[in-house]
Amino acid sequence: MTDVSAPNGVGPLAHKGVRPPATDAGFPHEPSREGADPVLADNRFRVFLAEFLESRVAAAALAMLILLVAVALVAPWVTPQNPYDLGSLDILDSRQPPGAKASTGFTMILGSDGVGRDLYSAIVYGLRISLFVGVMSGVLAMLIGMCAGLLAAYTGGRTGALILRGVDLQLSFPAILVALMLVALLGKGVEKIVLALVAVQWAYYARTVRASALIEKGKDYVEAARGLALSPARIMLRHILPNCLPPLIVVGTVEIAHAIALEATLSFLGVGMPPTEPSLGVLIANGFEYMLSGRYWISFFPGIALLVTIVCINLVGDQLREVLNPRLRR
Amino acid sequence: MRLIRAIAVATALGVATLLSPLGAAEIKVGLAAPPSSIDPHFHNLAPNNSLLSNIFDRLVHQDPNQALIPGLAESWKAVNDTTWEFKLRKGVRFHDGSPFTAADVLCTFKRAPNVPNSPSNFGLYLKGKTVEKVDDYTVLVKTTGPQPLLPNDLSTIYIVSKSAGCEAKTEDYNTGKAAVGTGPFKFAEYVPGDRIVMTANDDYWGGKAAWDKVTFRPITSAPARVAAILAGDVDLIEDVPTADIAKLSKDPRVSLFQTVSNRVIYFHLDQFREISPFITAKDGSAIKNPLRDRRVRLAISKSINRDAIVERVMEGSAVPAGQLLADKFFGTSKNLKPERYDVEGAKKLMKEAGYEGGFKMTIHSPNGRYTNDAKIAEVVAQMLTRIGIETSVETLPPAVFFRRASAGGPDNTPEFSFILVGWGSGTGEASSPLRSLIYTVDPSRGTGAANRGRYSNPEVDKLVDAALASVDDEKRAGLLAKATEVAIGDLGIIPSHYQINVWATRRGLKIVPRTDEFTVVMSVAPQ
Amino acid sequence: MTAFLIRRLMQAGLVVAVMSVIVFFGINVVGNPVDILVSPEADQAERARVIREFGLDRPVWQQYLLFLNGIAHGDFGRSFVHGEPALKLILERMPATVELALAALLMAIVVGIPVGIYAGITPMGRASKVIMAGSILGFSLPTFWVGLMLILVFAVHLGWLPSTGRGATASVLGVSTSMATLDGLAHLVLPALNLALLKISLVVRLTYAGAREASQQDYIKFARAKGLSERRVVGIHLLKNIMIPVVTVLGLEFGNLLAFSVVTETIFAWPGMGKLLIDSILLLDRPVVVAYLIIIVLAFLIINFVVDALYSALDPRVRLRDAGS
Repeated sequence: MTDVSAPNGVGPLAHKGVRPPATDAGFPHEPSREGADPVLADNRFRVFLAEFLESRVAAAALAMLILLVAVALVAPWVTPQNPYDLGSLDILDSRQPPGAKASTGFTMILGSDGVGRDLYSAIVYGLRISLFVGVMSGVLAMLIGMCAGLLAAYTGGRTGALILRGVDLQLSFPAILVALMLVALLGKGVEKIVLALVAVQWAYYARTVRASALIEKGKDYVEAARGLALSPARIMLRHILPNCLPPLIVVGTVEIAHAIALEATLSFLGVGMPPTEPSLGVLIANGFEYMLSGRYWISFFPGIALLVTIVCINLVGDQLREVLNPRLRR
Repeated sequence: MRLIRAIAVATALGVATLLSPLGAAEIKVGLAAPPSSIDPHFHNLAPNNSLLSNIFDRLVHQDPNQALIPGLAESWKAVNDTTWEFKLRKGVRFHDGSPFTAADVLCTFKRAPNVPNSPSNFGLYLKGKTVEKVDDYTVLVKTTGPQPLLPNDLSTIYIVSKSAGCEAKTEDYNTGKAAVGTGPFKFAEYVPGDRIVMTANDDYWGGKAAWDKVTFRPITSAPARVAAILAGDVDLIEDVPTADIAKLSKDPRVSLFQTVSNRVIYFHLDQFREISPFITAKDGSAIKNPLRDRRVRLAISKSINRDAIVERVMEGSAVPAGQLLADKFFGTSKNLKPERYDVEGAKKLMKEAGYEGGFKMTIHSPNGRYTNDAKIAEVVAQMLTRIGIETSVETLPPAVFFRRASAGGPDNTPEFSFILVGWGSGTGEASSPLRSLIYTVDPSRGTGAANRGRYSNPEVDKLVDAALASVDDEKRAGLLAKATEVAIGDLGIIPSHYQINVWATRRGLKIVPRTDEFTVVMSVAPQ
Repeated sequence: MTAFLIRRLMQAGLVVAVMSVIVFFGINVVGNPVDILVSPEADQAERARVIREFGLDRPVWQQYLLFLNGIAHGDFGRSFVHGEPALKLILERMPATVELALAALLMAIVVGIPVGIYAGITPMGRASKVIMAGSILGFSLPTFWVGLMLILVFAVHLGWLPSTGRGATASVLGVSTSMATLDGLAHLVLPALNLALLKISLVVRLTYAGAREASQQDYIKFARAKGLSERRVVGIHLLKNIMIPVVTVLGLEFGNLLAFSVVTETIFAWPGMGKLLIDSILLLDRPVVVAYLIIIVLAFLIINFVVDALYSALDPRVRLRDAGS
């Protein structure tokens, strides 16, 4: 999505929309948000679900997303070919247009790529990798960023400054360089890509959480907790964190989409996934060289798959934001 | 919008006409890679050498097939085994008007191996050579031993001017102050990463070019380069991507020109370790290195369907390879043909060697260094898997790949077991790959510098030594061919294919395609 | 104020120091530039000479100390690839990148803010829904894909705009820019648009969220009730209150545009410093990479400072001191 984006842009902050994005400045506005109440949780979930499904577009996006995840999960059973098994690929099947017959007999409904992979199978398997990469890096980056952000907000002072400068450092560090170093150190593979994406993305979560936590920190209930002499860890995790979660969840949906697109860009630059286990991003990057050659399908179909996936994730994210934002009286 | 563009073009033309006389012929060239400098001795790098051939001349030139032809030297001959006499061309002037004489040759030979901060200088071509001036138009080059390749070596050194270039620093070339040659075009402007502009040298000794002004623009992204010529923004592009050749050949806007390259794509195999790090039994346990068995190497070569690689991956822009350099070059063997694709034969050999059950192996390949390198590695992995060698592929950025491939293992040994690499013969004859890829590694003699499989056969070494000591062309060619036959017979390396160099011009122009990948604007003319 | 500045500067110095260490040792891990730069035909002796000349035969920590020593004398080192001072290489390419970033930023502001506000004050309208869903498209596809598509459509098929490269430049106030000539502008449109697409969606979404919340706040309702014209309500009261997040993000995005427009510059053969960075990274040209990243850290520092200053201008409640922690 963004240019190599190395430090990929502030995307998430922007989309969370619940409130102005976090910066060093902390927060200009004073939002009002109630604390969590476990007793009402179940009931609230039902209300939440009903509210979420109010938008037909969002409902459709959610359904589509569930379908995509389901297909990705059962990939081996819904595809005619295992695109990772080099023995089942034949170079003589390469660059066939949609609808052509493969040498082993099945029909390649979306055609084949430059080394003879059935594109439909490759897209389904690629979706699996892309979603895995997106979700894994999103969750890990969120955990790390959350801790760093909470710590920065709660302790402030020297530790806070240190963490914030760490965030700055990460922001001015190109993702391609991070990825290249990891490739050199550890070789290629899904885990390495996830690691690179986490290294690049944690900073955004840290900023978001810090901004929310700074505000919560000033609230009365935190003062009260302090008065009860609760341990800082307990205050941070049990009291402040739950109140920072809604924006974080929204940032998460956007960041997952972002991670998938970023992985595509890294593949384009040659430091992404190994070519024999293509993600959606690798498929698009590989198809790039065929865009002028008249063999549109090699990059077109993976591109559409990526587009649909990211649009669905974001439509769901948008609706989540609507529903979770108490300040919007709908 | 069309209007905007029309106005923009008109303005651009307006600017251009201020710089050059009205109606001047201009050509724009899309380069595949930017030069790293305008200093011809700073970096022995293909894009530099190619670009600067338009500004500078050498004593000995290479024709489009890399055969030697007179350049600034009209003629040369070996006076004895260790002395060569070069007769220089008379009446040649540098772009600043100063005459070209022996003094320029002498100071060039002093400068070329000694440019400060050079990432790769030209010293290796001048090693063991001293040059003496006889008169203004005759020089003697003396060597410590017989060096039959001396004219080839000198065909890599651009002659700079004593008055403007010899004492100059690399920066002075980049600003243009010192970029004074005798070539068909004069330096006009260099904007790093953006463009290099040259104007015609009307007094060029080799005749006048068809162009008054040349603008080179690096467009490194291959599809963007193709788009630029289709959109009419450039008139000529080099290194046309294989994926687009089929479509472009039918496009009325462009013409394609191609010739076989001096570059071979081949596989180096680990032949020096008892246990190779990226080869295991199918269950993952360690096994003895099977690549040391000639039958296994032959089976691998037989399993590679070179026609399929050429047709399906290279889309026709390659020629199946049976040796180190395409057949038309000096010193190649007439007897070697590409190994025939024979899966059954390969399986039989594997069985004979005791590997009926196969084994596991990893191919390592750079991505983006050679045309379609990663894809070829993947396809070869498919083919090897068919004969029971369960092959996985690891592609690495060149920055990572070459360090590990050369010295990533313990004691700076090559790390990998089976790699895809390429070799272009700058000298256009067979001793270049034989010396670097095949010869036994010996740092003290500079041999085997790129022998990443550590193949070693004293017989081959002896033949190469004999060839390199033989001033007689015919005898040398025979010895080189023999050495190649022995090395290929041993499967010291496994050749895959020779690349084909392709240029595209806008319809109505023609270019003489070259085996060395140089884009020589002098050879571009209206059809 | 002075104390604030000094503290910021010291922290930036720390960031630069840490980063230079990481890059120094990191690139060392990746590989040896000599392996890529040296001619394949070169022998082992030539390789050794280059390694010696670049100082790569010393232990990394010694190289780092030498580098620090150079910095102390204002010398950022020489590019391995080009043999010229790293700083000079970067600075001579900077104008091209700055103008590209400015153009993209301008597009993002001019298009993004009005569209975002419109969608935000009519959140239930059909147009608003379309805008919000459409803005997702802006960041759903990789830049390299969109960039080539733009070239294909506007340069190859329609022939409206040039495909690649930077056009004619003219000197304005001593800075050579392609914004001053029509040819230059024509060359600028596509790469700037390619960069701007993402930023436009960002700004739209951000402005939308702000406008949507703000339009339900009491002060806006009050302003409307007072009978102020809609233009005045939106143009002044609303805009002023939603600008802080927009300015923040645009500031950071501008930094990103400056520093990492790598893919766009590659596809469009734009001679900017992003292209230099990616080439230098791939060739392990350490002096250039280190100098580049130092400049970027400084650029982010300045941008952050300007953004903070803008905060206080936009909202007096924010004081610089707080902003700087």
